[in-house]
Amino acid sequence: MDIVVLIKQVPDTATRIQDRVKDGRVDLDGVTWVTSPYDEYAVEEALRLRELHGGTVTLLTLGPERAHGALKDMLALGADEAQAVWDPAFASLGTHARAEVLAAALRKLPHDLVLAGWKGVDGDEGLVPIYVAAALDYPHLSFVVGVEVEGRTITVRREIEGGKEHMTADLPALLTAQKGLNEVRYATLKGIMRVKSKTIPVWTAADLGIDPAALPAPAVEVTAIERPAERDGGRILDGSPADASRALARILHEEEKVI
Amino acid sequence: MGVMATDIVDGTVRAGGAKPHFKWEDPFLLDDQLSEEERMVMGAARDYAQAKLMPRVLMGHRHETFDRAVFEEMGALGFLGPTLPEEYGCAGVGYVSYGLIAREIERVDSAYRSTASVQSSLVMYPIYDFGTEAQRRKYLPKLASGEWVGCFGLTEPDHGSDPGGMISRAVKVDGGYKLKGAKTWITNSPIADVFVIWAKTEDDVIRGFVLDAGMPGLSAPKIEGKFSLRASPTGMIVMDDVFVTDDHLLPGVEGLKGPFSCLNNARYGISWGVMGAAEFCWHAARQYTLDRKQFGRPLAANQLIQKKLADMQTEIALGLQAALRVGRLKDAHQATPEMISLIKRNNCGKALDIARVSRDMHGGNGIADEYNVIRHVLNLEAVNTYEGTHDIHALILGRAQTGISAFD
Repeated sequence: MDIVVLIKQVPDTATRIQDRVKDGRVDLDGVTWVTSPYDEYAVEEALRLRELHGGTVTLLTLGPERAHGALKDMLALGADEAQAVWDPAFASLGTHARAEVLAAALRKLPHDLVLAGWKGVDGDEGLVPIYVAAALDYPHLSFVVGVEVEGRTITVRREIEGGKEHMTADLPALLTAQKGLNEVRYATLKGIMRVKSKTIPVWTAADLGIDPAALPAPAVEVTAIERPAERDGGRILDGSPADASRALARILHEEEKVI
Repeated sequence: MGVMATDIVDGTVRAGGAKPHFKWEDPFLLDDQLSEEERMVMGAARDYAQAKLMPRVLMGHRHETFDRAVFEEMGALGFLGPTLPEEYGCAGVGYVSYGLIAREIERVDSAYRSTASVQSSLVMYPIYDFGTEAQRRKYLPKLASGEWVGCFGLTEPDHGSDPGGMISRAVKVDGGYKLKGAKTWITNSPIADVFVIWAKTEDDVIRGFVLDAGMPGLSAPKIEGKFSLRASPTGMIVMDDVFVTDDHLLPGVEGLKGPFSCLNNARYGISWGVMGAAEFCWHAARQYTLDRKQFGRPLAANQLIQKKLADMQTEIALGLQAALRVGRLKDAHQATPEMISLIKRNNCGKALDIARVSRDMHGGNGIADEYNVIRHVLNLEAVNTYEGTHDIHALILGRAQTGISAFD
C-alpha cells in the first residue's frame, strides 16, 4: 500500500505569538520552524501501516525551501521519499488554492491512501485536507484515532462526544489524524544519517500544469489580528471563610450569573 | 489567524539578511555553526532526554536506582557507540554529533551521560580500535543495541591519577591468561556484561582484555554511599585468578596508549556534556530569579544576580565554542590530547562553579532535589575529578608548554 502524507511546517508551538503581533500581522522573523504535531501522528500511522502491509510512505509539502526541514525530520523517522511543491506564484495562496495545488501533486504521486494532520497548528483552520479530499473526490475521514486496512477497505475509529464512532470507506481515501492516534517514534541516528542520501525534488506550477492565475481566490479575508485583552487583576474577598464564601456565592449568582 | 497562515507559506518572511539579534541562550549562534545532520541529532537527543530521562532522574538520584531499559532505549536510537561504522550496528556520525548527544543527556543528568560515555568511548571504542574482527563482531552489535552493558577497568584502589603504577596482573598460562587484581570507581560495573580490563603482563607491559560477566573469579560489587552520580551504578571489579583464553586479549595496542586513547574520546564527550549540565543550572537560575520576588521586585533585578547570570552565559558560550572547535578538529583527525585536556579541565571546572552559584541563587530551595540544581552540583564534583582531575589536566598542559613533566 502506497501512502502519501501531507506535511506542513509551522512555527514551534512554544513560540510566543502574542509578542509578535504588530500592525495587524504576525512577525515570524527568526522563529523556530517545526513539523505540525498532528502531521507527525499522520506520519507515524503511515509508517505503522507500511510495517503491516508493505508499500511506501511519501511525504508531500507545499512550502519554500525552509519547509524541507520538516520533510527531512519526517524522513528521519523512516519515510521513504519526500516531494516538495513550490513556486513564487504560490507565496500567498488562500486555503482552497493551496488544496488545489496539493491535489494536483497527489495526482502525480501513485497512492492508495492520503494522511494528514487534522489541522496545522498555525492558522488552525483545518480546511486544506477537506478541500483536497473534495478535489480528488475521495472519502474524507476526520479526527481519526484508530486505523485498520483490509484489502481495499479502510476502517477508522474517531472520537465523538460521549463515545467512539467506527467508519469504513473504500480506498483511495483521505484521513486526518487526531491526537491519541499513536505515539510518535523518535528519530534514530541511523534514520538521520539516511536523510543525507535523499534528495527532495520540487515541483513548480509549470511541473503541475497549474496556471496560478486560475487558482481559486481566497474566499475569506482576515481583517485584523489582535492580542487578547489583558486580564483584569481579579478580586480578593476579605473576611472569614464563611463570609467570603457567602460573598462569592452572591457574586457568582447575581453579578456573573453563572450559578 | 488566516493572515498568519499565508505568511507561513510565504518564503520571503524569514529573509537571510535579516538584522542580527542577540539570542541570550545562544550568544554566538552555535546552532548556526552545526550541519543540518548535527542539528537533527541534537534535536533527537534533546527530545529523548527530556521526554524519557528527565521524568526518571529525580527518583533515580534520590533512591540510587537505575533503570536498565535506559540502555535499550539509547541503543535503539543509536546513542551507544554512535561514531562507529554501520556494519557493527552503529550510526557512523561525526564527533560533533557525539558531543551534542552528551550535552543533551547531561543536561538531564551526568550519571546517564557517564553510563553512555563509558559504553561508547571506553568499551566499544577500544574493542573497535584494538580488537580483532571476531571480537568486533561478537561484542559491538550487542553493545550498540544496549542488550549488553560494558564497563572499563583502569583505576585501582591505590592508583588513580597514576595508572601506570597499576598492580593488576595478567599472567600468561597455557592457552590464555590469568588475571588478578582489583579496579575501583568503575561506572556500570555492578550491571556489566562486558568488562574491558587493563592489566600488566609479566614483562610489565599494560595490555587490554575483554572479560565476560560470569567468568569464574570475576565479581563487581557496588560501591555504596556515593553522593554523586547516584542515578547510575558504580562499583569495583575484583579479579581473583580469572582465566581468559587468548582470544580475550585486545591485540592492537600495548602500554598506556591503549587506555589513554579511550579516555581522550570520553574526555572530549565530557567537555560537551558538562556544558549541558551548566546550561540547565544557568537557565534554572535565570528563571528562578525572574520569578521570585523579594523586596517587591524580581531577584533578577539585582546587579549581583545579573552579574552572576552574565558570568554563566559567558563561560558556557566560550566552553561550547571550544568544544565545537575541538570536535571539528577531531573529525579532521587533527585534535591532540592537550586540546582535550584544556577543554575537559576548563569546561568541568566552569560547569561546577556555575552549578554551585546557581544553587546559591536558588536560596534555600536550591538544596531540594526537586529543583534539580543540587543534583548537578553533586554530579559535577565527580565529573570534575574523574577521567583526569582538574589539576592533572593542568599538569598535562604545563608539560606541553614548559617541556618539564611535573608527574615524574
